[in-house]
Amino acid sequence: MYAALWRLLPGPLWLRIVLAIVLVLVVLAALVLWVFPWVNSFISVPEVTVE
Amino acid sequence: MDSPATERRRDRRRRGRGLAVVGVLGELFLTAGVLVLLFLGWQLWLNDIIVGNEQRDAAIEFAEELASAPPATPEPSAEPEPDAEPSEEPGLAEPVSTISPVMNEGFATLYVPRFGADYVRVIGEGVSLSSVLNRSSLGVGHYPQTQLPGELGNFALAAHRTTWGAPFGSIGELQLGDKIYVQTADGWYTYAFRNLEYVLPSGVGVLEPVPQAPGVPAGERYITLTSCNPRFSASERIIAYGVLESWHPAAEGIPDELAALQGGEA
Repeated sequence: MYAALWRLLPGPLWLRIVLAIVLVLVVLAALVLWVFPWVNSFISVPEVTVE
Repeated sequence: MDSPATERRRDRRRRGRGLAVVGVLGELFLTAGVLVLLFLGWQLWLNDIIVGNEQRDAAIEFAEELASAPPATPEPSAEPEPDAEPSEEPGLAEPVSTISPVMNEGFATLYVPRFGADYVRVIGEGVSLSSVLNRSSLGVGHYPQTQLPGELGNFALAAHRTTWGAPFGSIGELQLGDKIYVQTADGWYTYAFRNLEYVLPSGVGVLEPVPQAPGVPAGERYITLTSCNPRFSASERIIAYGVLESWHPAAEGIPDELAALQGGEA
């Protein structure tokens, strides 16, 4: 899967490395900005109140 | 002469389809594992810093609002009363409490130097997770059935110990005599931390006007902080008690000790 992705990247080696890093950063940003907060809303946090 | 890519393609054909499927599956599992670890790092560390900073910024803004807002009712000391207690010793006068908090909205700020010299959070009315405790504009909640700062009885608060900014993340590090400052539109209430207690989640006795003494009329002004114990768990509650030490009307401004801690910022 990742090997196929690597082959899809155009250009010489240095450009492929740059593109790969950019792709990883984009995925990380999407995770932190949207995916993780969304997942977090389904996770029950430890209760802190007495009742 | 073959390029490396051509060689690799030939290689792949040799390995066959089954192996390729297993390879992709393995990569997917590895990816899933990395995603779970990333999420944990985000939830337990990165997001605490992000939300904590947001809560702190909101609190700094709210503290300025509180400081500039006039008290809800005129100061009782505006006209001299014949039986008024002499207040020659600042901070020892009878505390004033005229505020009436609105549910799920901020009404006070909390400063705990032990949690950090620049620690400040907004106290919201109510302890609902979604409306108060999990919000980056609030974070600390006041049990509505308990008293307000300055009132005889118990001013009880709740906040997360982990996740969602973890406003009470360091609650277990409080030491005897540590100052806990509460600011409302009326003024500044300085509490001194007294002791920790551990109770079950059903231990509502900690919210009594005199904590753990149901039916006893309050003769002192307590503050009670509740959070979860142990960290990352909900099986017990950690409780921190303090007593009111002094009170300063809003006109006197931020207490000197706190102002010194915060530098020129406040």
